[in-house]
Amino acid sequence: MSKLLSTFAWGAVAALGAVAVGVVALHRGEPISTLWLVAAAACCYALGFRFYSKFIAARILALDALRATPAERLENGRDFVVTNKWVVFGQHFAAIAGPGPLVGPVLAAQFGYLPGTLWVLAGAVFAGCVQDFVILLFSVRRDGKSITEMAREEIGRVGGFVAYGAVIAILIIILAVAALVVVNALKDSPWGTFTIAMTIPVALLMGVYLRRIRPGKVLEVSVFGFILVLLAIWGGQWASQSAAMARVFSLQASSLAILLIVYGFAASVLPVWLLLAPRGYLSTFVKLGAIGLLAVGIVVVHPALQMPALTRFADGTGPVFAGKIFPFAFITIACGAISGFHSLISSGTTPKLIARETEARMVGYGAMMAESAVAIMAIIAACVLQPGIYFAINSPAGVVGGTPAAATATISGWGFPVTASDMQTLAHAVGEQTLFNRTGGAPAFAVGMAHIFSQSLGGERVMGLWYHFAVMFEALFILTLLDAGTRTARFMIQEALSHIYQPMGWTSWYPSILITSAMIVGVWGYFLWQGVKDPLGGINSLWPLFGISNQLLAAVALCVATTIIIKMHRAKYALVSLAPLAWLVAVTFTAAWHKVLDPDPHVGFLAQARVLASGPATAATRRLIFNNRLDAALTAIFVAMVTLVLIESVRGWFGVLSGRKEVRLKETPFVMTRLVEEQG
Amino acid sequence: MTRLVKAARILLATLREIFDEAAYSRFLGRSQMVSSPAAYAAFWRERESSHERRPKCC
Repeated sequence: MSKLLSTFAWGAVAALGAVAVGVVALHRGEPISTLWLVAAAACCYALGFRFYSKFIAARILALDALRATPAERLENGRDFVVTNKWVVFGQHFAAIAGPGPLVGPVLAAQFGYLPGTLWVLAGAVFAGCVQDFVILLFSVRRDGKSITEMAREEIGRVGGFVAYGAVIAILIIILAVAALVVVNALKDSPWGTFTIAMTIPVALLMGVYLRRIRPGKVLEVSVFGFILVLLAIWGGQWASQSAAMARVFSLQASSLAILLIVYGFAASVLPVWLLLAPRGYLSTFVKLGAIGLLAVGIVVVHPALQMPALTRFADGTGPVFAGKIFPFAFITIACGAISGFHSLISSGTTPKLIARETEARMVGYGAMMAESAVAIMAIIAACVLQPGIYFAINSPAGVVGGTPAAATATISGWGFPVTASDMQTLAHAVGEQTLFNRTGGAPAFAVGMAHIFSQSLGGERVMGLWYHFAVMFEALFILTLLDAGTRTARFMIQEALSHIYQPMGWTSWYPSILITSAMIVGVWGYFLWQGVKDPLGGINSLWPLFGISNQLLAAVALCVATTIIIKMHRAKYALVSLAPLAWLVAVTFTAAWHKVLDPDPHVGFLAQARVLASGPATAATRRLIFNNRLDAALTAIFVAMVTLVLIESVRGWFGVLSGRKEVRLKETPFVMTRLVEEQG
Repeated sequence: MTRLVKAARILLATLREIFDEAAYSRFLGRSQMVSSPAAYAAFWRERESSHERRPKCC
């Protein structure tokens, strides 16, 4: 009877999912309710988790609840700790959820809501969740080894080297892109700049409170910090209305870029407890609250999607970034569908906390589903805006024109009516001087979020507060990534340099700290500066670079996964990781080809360099030409590195399958768990 | 009611893990120290010298 009931219930979920996806995909004309998107996503996730992840767990990975995990065998109370599965789930989700799933989907909304939605749903269920789940489990079976170590052991030295190089490259590119998003959100915004500036003394205060007054009471001080940040948002309104304060906090993009570079360096060299850690706590506190609030807001308000399912920019002429849906939608949305960076988390802290192998399914597959849901919320926030407003915010002046009249005429000419007075009214409502040319995704997301919140709490009167709350939430998120990422990259460089001169590897030796911090900040600062000075807004060149490098790391992770699956004699199921790998290789290699060699100067780096070279030669032009060639070279290097890993992996697969190569799995031997005995 | 209490306990435990309060408690237990500015400084020294980095995703 219960089986019949279960079949009926899952049949109903499948039917509802099919109808919801059908409405989302096929409806044209009148706007549809966001609830259709929510229903489609919820049903896809439920079906994916119940059936696909269970199939992988049972048929391929053969999860074994009796096998002791490293958390149990190597428990030391520090890195290896047996932890409740829901606690690990929360910890893992907090680590994987960054600004990526908020920014990428907003940028990809230029194609309409449909391409991004389908990619986020299908990509998460069949690729991203699978990657996170299998890499987590394989790491658990190898004493919590990292993806770079697993790549070296299972594929070969080239695999390990490429994974290491890809991680550093991604870190540098993402830090530059993230900083650029903050610059674009805060330029000429005294309210936003004041609020974000105030988070630095708030974090310092929290650090001192934690260290001197109430050691270790992080939750308590985070609540205290959050209240101070809310006061800073309120104070920002005052700052924007006071002529003297507004002058101080109205900063140009280049000034903000310099301040961020200085901040990144300071955060990397200062003691971690003083600035980085309290800021991280504050960011996590705001992040979890804001995501929860947005989810509730969408379900309660369920506004209509104003953006069409597909826009004319599917042909590759989009103003937000140039390039066709294939491949660019699939590299623009990385986190939310599949992100190679997650393989670092799945083979980092998380495998050292899992109590039983069977919990890897909920933690690995389940947490990625939650991240994917965040991406769906970002699509909703962008697509509830009138398309004309969305394009006015997200289009660079170099594409639509530098004046409100020119921009609105261009955008209205595309069939998305918007007037300068509409934009002025909106800017006034959110407390900004202008919302034109605020590229990068964060301001559009903030306007969408404020639009949703203001319909349920406080009305239009408090839209400015909601907007700046959203900007603060995103900027805090990104700045945390900036300081934590700079520090992580610093450690990696120190480790690499220690092979040349041992003291460089000492993490508390100040000459090494200063030199390696300056190296990392200098490199991402260079790319940030390049983005700030780019007439097309910077996002057009930097975000695809990030997407390509991140997806290539995912390709390396899936190579590791496929290699291990084949070595486990489960070759007949290898398509589970091989299919997403093939898709990612097709997407990233095509995108890389376009970015390097496409003859359209809006798309191809070299074509743009050629166009610039044919014009008047100024210092600025020479710099742009060099930057375009540098971006092209970087893209080509990424592709070459991953091609090497692919070749080495495929050789290994054929060797194992033909019996020419001995199968050597590097799993730790089976040890019976004591946890079951204790319970039994 | 018991389920609600259990859910609240798990939520609190999750927050304590995310916000490093649980790690600090384990450190105090392991090193047999009581919470103090010196103990917290030692906790951070250990974390900084650890080869286990906690990467955060983009």
